[in-house]
Amino acid sequence: MPQSADKVLDHNKLFHEPEYKEMFKNKRATFENAPTAPQVTEILDWTKSWDYREKNLAREALVINPAKACQPLGAVFAAAGYEGTMSFVHGSQGCVAYYRSHLSRHFKEPASAVSSSMTEDAAVFGGLVNMVDGLANTYALYQPKMIAVSTTCMAEVIGDDLNSFIIQAKEKGSVPEEFDVPFAHTPAFVGSHVDGYDNMQKGILTHFWKGAERSETDSINIIPGFDGFAVANIREMNRMLGEMGVDYTVLCDVSDVYDTPSDGNFQMYAGGTKLDDVKAAVNAKATLSLQEYCTKRTLEFCEEVGQKTAALHYPMGVAGTDEFLMTVSELTGKEVPASLTLERGRLVDAMADSQAYLHGKTYAIYGDPDFVYAMAKFVMETGGEPTHCLATNGSKAWAKKMQALLDSSPFGKGCQVWAGKDLWHLRSILATEPADLLIGNSYGKYIERDLNIPLIRLTFPIFDRHHHHRFPTFGYQGGLTVLVKILDTIFDKLDTNTGTLGETDISFDLTR
Amino acid sequence: MAKDIPDPIAPEKLIEEVLSAYPAKAQKKRAKHLNVAAPAPEGETEIASKCDTVKSNIKSVPGVMTIRGCAYAGSKGVVWGPVKDMVHISHGPVGCGHYSWSQRRNYYTGTTGVDSFVTFQFTTDFQEKDIVFGGDKKLEKTIDEINALFPLSKGITVQSECPIGLIGDDIEAVARKKKKDVNKTIVPVRCEGFRGVSQSLGHHIANDAIRDWVFNGGEESSYEPGPYDVNIIGDYNIGGDAWASRMLLEEIGLNVVGSWSGDATLAEIENAPKARLNLIHCYRSMNYICRYMEENYGVGWMEYNFFGPSQIAASLRAIAAKFDKTVQDKAEEVIAKYQPLVDAVLAKYKPRLEGKKVMLYVGGLRPRHVVDAYHDLGMEICGTGYEFAHGDDYKRTGEYIKEGTLIYDDVTGYELEKFIEGMRPDLVGSGIKEKYPVQKMGIPFRQMHSWDYSGPYHGYDGFAIFARDMDLAINNPVWGLFDAPWKKSA
Repeated sequence: MPQSADKVLDHNKLFHEPEYKEMFKNKRATFENAPTAPQVTEILDWTKSWDYREKNLAREALVINPAKACQPLGAVFAAAGYEGTMSFVHGSQGCVAYYRSHLSRHFKEPASAVSSSMTEDAAVFGGLVNMVDGLANTYALYQPKMIAVSTTCMAEVIGDDLNSFIIQAKEKGSVPEEFDVPFAHTPAFVGSHVDGYDNMQKGILTHFWKGAERSETDSINIIPGFDGFAVANIREMNRMLGEMGVDYTVLCDVSDVYDTPSDGNFQMYAGGTKLDDVKAAVNAKATLSLQEYCTKRTLEFCEEVGQKTAALHYPMGVAGTDEFLMTVSELTGKEVPASLTLERGRLVDAMADSQAYLHGKTYAIYGDPDFVYAMAKFVMETGGEPTHCLATNGSKAWAKKMQALLDSSPFGKGCQVWAGKDLWHLRSILATEPADLLIGNSYGKYIERDLNIPLIRLTFPIFDRHHHHRFPTFGYQGGLTVLVKILDTIFDKLDTNTGTLGETDISFDLTR
Repeated sequence: MAKDIPDPIAPEKLIEEVLSAYPAKAQKKRAKHLNVAAPAPEGETEIASKCDTVKSNIKSVPGVMTIRGCAYAGSKGVVWGPVKDMVHISHGPVGCGHYSWSQRRNYYTGTTGVDSFVTFQFTTDFQEKDIVFGGDKKLEKTIDEINALFPLSKGITVQSECPIGLIGDDIEAVARKKKKDVNKTIVPVRCEGFRGVSQSLGHHIANDAIRDWVFNGGEESSYEPGPYDVNIIGDYNIGGDAWASRMLLEEIGLNVVGSWSGDATLAEIENAPKARLNLIHCYRSMNYICRYMEENYGVGWMEYNFFGPSQIAASLRAIAAKFDKTVQDKAEEVIAKYQPLVDAVLAKYKPRLEGKKVMLYVGGLRPRHVVDAYHDLGMEICGTGYEFAHGDDYKRTGEYIKEGTLIYDDVTGYELEKFIEGMRPDLVGSGIKEKYPVQKMGIPFRQMHSWDYSGPYHGYDGFAIFARDMDLAINNPVWGLFDAPWKKSA
């Protein structure tokens, strides 16, 4: 009997006990109709071959392990960053359960959102009744300051018109006439979560800004974009802008929403951008997006109302942060203070101290388009060589932009850009053309296992490690977090490779 | 502990309070789903209390935080997804497959990507043009590509997402055609998320797909059955539950022919109708196919419960009673063999857990089946409810719970929080969406869908882990740190 009360074994160890191993062997031999061991080995080897890679890359219809989610997730994330806002997802209810679970699993925090719970009858007759009753229930139960409505693919396929439905719901008294109910159509079969973020941002700004009288101020707006590290990144950004003395409004601030304290109270609505600030933000002289691919439509709208706009690609690393600070400086006329110059010097110092371990390391990087861009840029600054950059939700335009970035440095030479490809493509690519390190989210752990390439988790979602999002990746300080994660992975690998007593431990070094 | 809370509020009063927050129409609907377990009616002495007056399996009220999922979640996420040597296509837009990717910890053995595919996400990733022109051609091509890239896969299921049914795609025709082309079992499953009121219909649809496309349309099984052949039905091997159960069944002399669907292969499903008996753990999700196997193949079925030593022993005896004396004697031997483990676990953990109050809100069978495991540890259940139960589940619940227990069906986030605040249990067992709000209140929590990434909880091996996990949840020092010392009242 493997189990004991003295030392309780759970699944990690229990199933490696002889009793269980014997059971698995018997099951496979007797009942599973499993392929033989040589067959498995043959196919496993083949999946790592060039022949397989060619067949795999030729795929036209099937998508395997894509590094993207669907629009409504981005919409729910964006809405969460506004004061007292409840996300109301119009459509079939299972989707909302998924968004809430997904966000909770990453942030280890509550994620609130409601559904209009449409079923077969709504598929036939439309979801108006669900909207009318639903808004009334949400308003009564959860007492939000704003309800942000987005759609699932079901509501989009049947063609429900949110604008008209919300007007009718208000006429029927579901919520008061003046109550804020911005909306966005977010079909899951168009784009990905970054588009949903964009559409909801645009929906909220349109709601507050459309037709507003604008009197320009010196303030600027900053849109962080969909970011799994938003909790620490927005705070780090606030700190930097505080050092600069900039007057600004963060449009969609989830930093407190997904980081509430444990003090005995559950706060459904914590933090978020104040609705009055959103209204006033129309007067800002400019809107700066930190992630261009999350904000294309939103920035177009900002231009329409008369603001200047600028977009970055996730300010990470030295040049990425430089660009952020200089853009802010340009937009606001505020100088970059000595304190930030000092921080910059410290990051550069750290990079210089460690450059011998970073120089020439090769990387495969995947994730959202802006993240991959920023990560590749930072990697090249350290003397690393990105060899594969992949964004399942990356467009041809993105690939072109990536190529221009890679061409700008000798360290980007030979890097291949993979727009629209998935993580099973990446596995084939790395099996045939390996890299030293893999950078992405938790889903990369399958590639890590199959190909023995260490994974560094630096983007959303991270399910299998805790609290990474509590440390910034933005800014010079964030650069240090990223740098240390990369270095730790490199050092761990060195130690593993030299860690067998009396066999491989000649270079098992104490000092590096 | 962290918050100063007055004495617990009576369940009847709590129900009244939460209902008062709703608009009239929703209030009327929700009132039918909330109740307090009453004494058993006269004559029904076997049942400790009755709670089957609760209405269930009705549409959720719109605009509230229902904890329910959808039919796709029921079929792909629960029933089909764990079948390891088949490829399951999330047919439609990218999201559903993405969010359900590797989230239920359906453990399996095998070489992932070669002969096992549970932790993969296969999708047709619908784009706008697929909505406009239909996705059948894309599905055909997808099946060809799967066949070329994964030659050792034994079959394919097509898990329909919402748009498939709405745009009128004929996935059944595609399945029939491609079965001939690739000569493998192909199963179309009409589990669009808008069907039915919860994941429950997805379970039923998934069961019907087994009936129609595996039993009556798949390969003829050449398996030679024996007198001790049984199937484990409705165990999804979360954290290895089905394995801890299989261990016991094999120890009492039974052969587990099929494991449904945790760690299952297609062959195990095909062979199942030749078994002597179906042993069903999650009644809600797989009773349908058991009834079908009974009617059409004469395979009897019985429910069992492997949570906690009282129920494990009772179940082992009940299962053994369906076989000969050899098995019955072995069952007694096995119960005796594990008694020292049970005694040691209880000796260690019962003193730390005795008298603690628990509230549950889960799906399937757990709101009733785990109750006695808590009782074995000296704990009390003060409230329980299901996400997607039907009337027969609530009837079955009466066997387990005591009079005065708060019962809530399809509870909304609002209601659950208010109930927890009012009852101040020592532990809440529910899902990931409920975990963090509850913990913020300072109340220990265990995820009772995924065992909080622990497990197994089934069987004797699992009970030790269950006891340990309840102890580590409740007795961790962190719950005493919520109040800053400078804010603590004198």
